[in-house]
Amino acid sequence: MTAPLLSVNDLKVHFEIGRRGLFGGARHVLKAVDGVSFDLRPGETLGLVGESGCGKSTLGRAILRLLPLQSGRTVWLGRDLARLAPREMREMRREMQIIFQDPLASLNPRMTAGEIIAEPLVTFRPELKRAEVKQRVQAMMAKVGLLPNQINRYPHEFSGGQCQRIGIARAIINEPRLIVCDEPVSALDVSIQAQIINLLMDLQAEMGLSLIFISHNLAVVRHISHRVMVLYLGKVMEIADRDSLYANPLHPYTQALNSAVPVPDPDIERAKPRVVLKGDLPSPLNPPSGCPFRTRCPRATQVCAECMPALERAGADHMVACHHAAMPDRP
Amino acid sequence: MTTPQFSAMEPVLEVAGLNTLFATPEGDVRAVSDVAFAIARGETLGIVGESGSGKSQIFMSVMGLLARNGRASGSVRVTGTEILNAPVAELNRVRGARMSMIFQDPMTSLNPYLTVRRQMTEVLMTHKGLGEEAAAQASIEMLERVQIPEAGRRIGMYPHEFSGGMRQRVMIAMALLCGPELLIADEPTTALDVTVQAQILDLLMQLKRDTGMAIALITHDLGVIAGLADRVIVMYGGRIVEQAPVRDIFRRPQHPYTEGLLKSMPRLDEHGVTRLQTIGGQPPNLQNLPSGCAFRDRCAYAFDLCAAERPDLTSLGEGRARACHLPQLGEVA
Repeated sequence: MTAPLLSVNDLKVHFEIGRRGLFGGARHVLKAVDGVSFDLRPGETLGLVGESGCGKSTLGRAILRLLPLQSGRTVWLGRDLARLAPREMREMRREMQIIFQDPLASLNPRMTAGEIIAEPLVTFRPELKRAEVKQRVQAMMAKVGLLPNQINRYPHEFSGGQCQRIGIARAIINEPRLIVCDEPVSALDVSIQAQIINLLMDLQAEMGLSLIFISHNLAVVRHISHRVMVLYLGKVMEIADRDSLYANPLHPYTQALNSAVPVPDPDIERAKPRVVLKGDLPSPLNPPSGCPFRTRCPRATQVCAECMPALERAGADHMVACHHAAMPDRP
Repeated sequence: MTTPQFSAMEPVLEVAGLNTLFATPEGDVRAVSDVAFAIARGETLGIVGESGSGKSQIFMSVMGLLARNGRASGSVRVTGTEILNAPVAELNRVRGARMSMIFQDPMTSLNPYLTVRRQMTEVLMTHKGLGEEAAAQASIEMLERVQIPEAGRRIGMYPHEFSGGMRQRVMIAMALLCGPELLIADEPTTALDVTVQAQILDLLMQLKRDTGMAIALITHDLGVIAGLADRVIVMYGGRIVEQAPVRDIFRRPQHPYTEGLLKSMPRLDEHGVTRLQTIGGQPPNLQNLPSGCAFRDRCAYAFDLCAAERPDLTSLGEGRARACHLPQLGEVA
């Protein structure tokens, strides 16, 4: 097996909430990401799924060191990112990029498409001549399916799908090894979603990119990922290769998520058994004791309130954190 | 136009020749063009389309809720009464009573300054002339019906004290207070997490069974349509391009756009991973639609006639219609 590109070990991101004013309010700690570990191999896509507030975007940003870590290690090709000097880290950023959900909001409205795409290139390669920059930008635009003659247009002149292509061109111009894709298709219409998914998969095949693909859409994640990690209130519930996760989900939360996704087929959709979870996600400021999922879990017992189950091996490339993972679906 | 099992009954909503225009500095934009359809009693009609397809503006016209620069023409009849462009006083007798609407974002449709109690009792006091105590009692019962726990206590809370899913339940409860014959649901689950979406869809299904009300379900999500709708209308560029009973839309789509939408969706039940088929190009710009068929520049099958002449919505029998020049399409595997 190839060495991992990125190794994340017991990563924690905590935010301190409150404590305002002269005398300070009560101090609360929000554990957005709480002890996440995984490896990402070169050329692999890891899907991150979970409901809003589960910590998937925070994790994506923490990996890129766009957020300070509470504790834990992120090791990039054998080097601990936390130990790098700021200058070394800056150099490293070339290799890791991010694209965002709202394509228009993530582009500077006062810069042209060409300036936006050129910015990372000019930052890291200040010696390049203007003509060469322009030529590379145009090549990149062609690669992501934009017309090179649109180079002087502003973001508002593009549609949502085209803006996302600009964001992708900006992310790949320095030939990174990793792109964190934070809900990159959620704001797009169905017909455009498919174009962007295909583009990302083509670029991955061509450039050998690793992707961390964050989405709440399980069908999209299934389509694009090699491995999938399911998060709930900052903790990993299950991580497995794509096929075992979808064919044989072991965690009751994964099962519930899976059955909640509407299938575009009236006969299947109306006949399928559903695990409808009660209630909403608990507040991350005041998570349940033990397993955070237990308040909504159909299998919860006393032990679930007492301690958080460890992430344990359940198959060749399948880990699950549940006291009752081996329980049959219908007791 | 309606499927056989509903055709014997008088429609709850009848829309004919509806055109909705918005005046802009760049000239008029036609958001809805020549739209006609009916919803039978107890029927759930799904309206699918992408952003800008006109699917929401149809129902904003129906409800008399168009933005100030918008104007609608044509005919909208609710249980036989013409209400398009009716005076507000007349509209208010129908809205909230015989038909009501819920929206994607319950936070923006609830008043943040008023308790849920105040907002709910107001509906019953206005439409039904109930006293405040009776209205509050009926409101609590309705909140229990949409499965809000501790309804008696929570009715005194403000909208921000509810979670997103609970707020959508409050919206639904408020919409159902007067026992409307038609509920218009505009992307009711789009802002919700998938597990909460499943809860709300279950609730809508249950209410539909118990009350027999008709539902107009506006959504971009074909999965939601598959679970809930009896019949489906597909919108593109402000026009209806296809309509059919729900099974036919998924099994034998007759418009290339419908077919394209179905094939471009990644599915949880797909076998292996194949490359997604895409619909090329961009969603249409209503200010600058191509000549002829609005979909032709994205259509894999387009030929000369598609640019020369806009296809009319033509009946194919069995409650089906489509607007396309092509010979009928085959079955989807």
